[in-house]
Amino acid sequence: MFDFIKDMLRQAFISKKKEYYLWLGFLVFLIGLGAISYFKQYTTGLIVTNLRDQVSWGFYIANFTFLVGVAAAAVMLVIPAYIYHFKPIKEIVLFGEMVAISAIVMCIMLVMIDMGKPLYAWHIMWTPNWPQSMLVWDVIVLNGYLMINVAAVSYVLYKLAHNEEYSMKVMWPIVLLSIPWAISIHTVTAFLYNGLVSRPFWNASIIAPRFIASALCSGPALMLLIFQIARKVSRVDISDVAIFKIAELVAYTMAFNLYLYAAELFKEFYSASLHMAPMEYLFYGLHGHDNLVPFTWMALFFNLTAFIVFLIPKTRRHFPTLNLACILVIVGVYIEKGMGLIFPGFIPGSLGEIYPYMPNAEEIKITIGVWACGALLYTLMFKTAIPIYLGDLRMKTPKLEQIRK
Amino acid sequence: MDRRKFIKSMAVGAAATAVPLNQSDASFFDTFFQKYYREMTKEEKEEVVQRLEAEYKAKYGKDIKVGTEEHIPGVLFGYALDLSRCIGCRRCVYACVTENNQSRNPQIHYIQVLRFRRGTSEGEHWIAGASGVSNLEESVKYYDPPLVPQEEHFYMPVQCQQCENPPCVKACPTQATYKTRDGIVVVDYNWCIGCRYCMAACPYDARKLNWAEPYIPKEQINPVTHYLGNRPRMKGCVEKCFFCIQRVRAKERRYPACVEICPVGARKFGNLLDPSSEIRYIMAHERVFRLKEELNTSPKFFYFFSI
Amino acid sequence: MYIKRKAIGIFFVSVLLLAISGGQFYINAEEGRQGGHGNDAGHKEPPVRSAEKLSEHPLPEITTPKPPFSEGIFPCTSCHAGLEPNAQRRELGFHTDIVLVHSTKQRWCLDCHDAQDRDMLRLANGEHVPFTKSYMLCGQCHGPTFNEWKAGVHGKRTGSWEGKKEYRLCVHCHNPHSPRYKPLKPSPMPARPQDINKVLDTVGVTIENQTIYIPVYKK
Repeated sequence: MFDFIKDMLRQAFISKKKEYYLWLGFLVFLIGLGAISYFKQYTTGLIVTNLRDQVSWGFYIANFTFLVGVAAAAVMLVIPAYIYHFKPIKEIVLFGEMVAISAIVMCIMLVMIDMGKPLYAWHIMWTPNWPQSMLVWDVIVLNGYLMINVAAVSYVLYKLAHNEEYSMKVMWPIVLLSIPWAISIHTVTAFLYNGLVSRPFWNASIIAPRFIASALCSGPALMLLIFQIARKVSRVDISDVAIFKIAELVAYTMAFNLYLYAAELFKEFYSASLHMAPMEYLFYGLHGHDNLVPFTWMALFFNLTAFIVFLIPKTRRHFPTLNLACILVIVGVYIEKGMGLIFPGFIPGSLGEIYPYMPNAEEIKITIGVWACGALLYTLMFKTAIPIYLGDLRMKTPKLEQIRK
Repeated sequence: MDRRKFIKSMAVGAAATAVPLNQSDASFFDTFFQKYYREMTKEEKEEVVQRLEAEYKAKYGKDIKVGTEEHIPGVLFGYALDLSRCIGCRRCVYACVTENNQSRNPQIHYIQVLRFRRGTSEGEHWIAGASGVSNLEESVKYYDPPLVPQEEHFYMPVQCQQCENPPCVKACPTQATYKTRDGIVVVDYNWCIGCRYCMAACPYDARKLNWAEPYIPKEQINPVTHYLGNRPRMKGCVEKCFFCIQRVRAKERRYPACVEICPVGARKFGNLLDPSSEIRYIMAHERVFRLKEELNTSPKFFYFFSI
Repeated sequence: MYIKRKAIGIFFVSVLLLAISGGQFYINAEEGRQGGHGNDAGHKEPPVRSAEKLSEHPLPEITTPKPPFSEGIFPCTSCHAGLEPNAQRRELGFHTDIVLVHSTKQRWCLDCHDAQDRDMLRLANGEHVPFTKSYMLCGQCHGPTFNEWKAGVHGKRTGSWEGKKEYRLCVHCHNPHSPRYKPLKPSPMPARPQDINKVLDTVGVTIENQTIYIPVYKK
């Protein structure tokens, strides 16, 4: 067992390729930059950010929201893989679940970073305001989701390391739990905003369905990119069939997402009540403040373009256009659900004040640091899992030794 | 105190509290493991109060009393504000800052005074975009004329509305903010984790975060405090108006500071359960409304128009 | 002679006004009215009961700060003791700081200040009230406001929400000769969100014995 862990660590950190070290070094550098900024924030306070009482949540929570979506999207791969025994996707579910793990870890980091007194976060466990507070629900579902995915990944890898096929008897309960759970993490995160009467922009029942729909666009798109990188840098065989299948699914989810978006836009702009102000801020600017206007239109343009590319079979089966569309949809959803959702919740504020918040350099550096942490975690997990997956790395059990002899 | 010293002392203050693990005394661990206020026994409360008083003495060089007065049975506090009278002078804002030891830098204000435009005689304002207190977006917080009240304007101060149905309490993941039996919504600053969910949940923009280590010049500190009220706060916790709990629960049953400073007597305070109180008189005789009533937060803060 | 007739005229007008504006004030008064109505109130003899007890809401125990006299002006008798009362509307030789903007055409000094007892005020019914109870005088015309003041709704009170309160006299906020509330300088505006940590200093300002600290910003 001990040898196996040593082997795994060796796998994770040792490579014949120089690029691997460059990549690791690059990530560590970004993490370092973020860490320096975070140290500053921790010691001086959140005053180093552009956050203020008027806009009390910003870039961190925007990234958190996006990443919850990425994590939830693992379900996109789990459902067909396990339920329909769809072979090509089944092979890559493992890597999807690892994306979910990294995303959740990043989410937890972002929430901790956003806290004024992170040292005292344990108070949530001591006197949880459950079931009233949606934040407690979110803590529960996010950690639960993390555990489910860690359990699934570890079990599959453990079995593979023993050269055995994993048992569906064990996997079924995990899968059955993980599907509703994936939906729940995103629903609960949506409810976190949705339940606040103080923020009319969020207090709309379309928020939760839109969260799910947009997550089911950006999540798989992100994985499409990761899989292509994975098969390029390793011997993992992810078939084109699998990739095109996912791309097709993205076309459906995008149609649904755009439909829900249109429904929301109609309601706001047609009824044109005072509660339209945040939407106005997004699309046209409010009282001369138009920080988000270019981003909003860009996101809309990106999403529409990506949708067309995903919709037409010819372009979605053509890698350059497919990859472009993937990037467009990721950026599109990132803007739309990140800053496009969180910032206008506070603009105008509940007493009508307009503070045109945009993140400053410190916030951006810290957030990049968090993304680098996630990327590093994913890289290391990936690097370790591949040889196990491919059969190169096996645990030395007596049974295995016998077979080898 | 001259300005350079002011800024310098702020920097020193920030440095001293920067890394809690550097604190040589053991009080960091006592602070870290301090219990939730509502779970403390009487003895534990005393112990905590003693420690806090010692800490404050070290920091401010003054004897600061931290009270733990309980709610008064048969009392539910209510507040009323006469919009016909308010002249927007902002004295309440600073009486509050002074009484309640709010950080001077970064600046924290519990009261925000909003200025609205009246409909002009030509009526163009009402046609172009109706105002009134429902359209808060039309209000101005950063007005600075030589004299108030200004022609064609009226003013509306907003602070914590002490909701009977407080969205912040529902949101708080740790129960650090809660409604006491006399109706005041308070914060256990030590128990707050600074997640700011309550700030997102508050429809009245009443809750404020200590974005950095709060700074108050030593000679300006108010030494009469309450654990759930105006005791000095720390970086990263959320605070808000608590109806001057240290005054209203005191033996003298004092009025809140904002009530006493108001030059026009627009601010009214009393016991909602006492039929002879001025607040009950107002509810019975005046045209009262509550801000954002449609949200069903049920504030115990009533606005009215006496004329 | 003319002057006297005019004075009587003004007296009747004010009694009439009193009856209209403070109607409730009199009509609802319990017993002791000798069957009379407001109109003939102060006509015959001084009322049996003081006006204080006639109001709808019995007066609570009212404590107030000292009336806001200009320095050295009180007692009035220190000058007026030897002066012949003169009800003539005229340019005053002394009290030049007083500008009467309070129903100017209907009112002159001796309608409110007593001609005989110079240190007292005079109600429409002829009763004398001290300056410390000047609200009785104001209440004659401003009945609803007077009621609200007593209930603690109009005007300022300090002290205890459940015990002793200190009322402000009407004249603490309203100059009786020019009662419109005077505009005042507002305290500094709050720092804008991007500047909340750039407050240079806070300085004390004392208002009515209460010191408040206001911020100083960079110009």
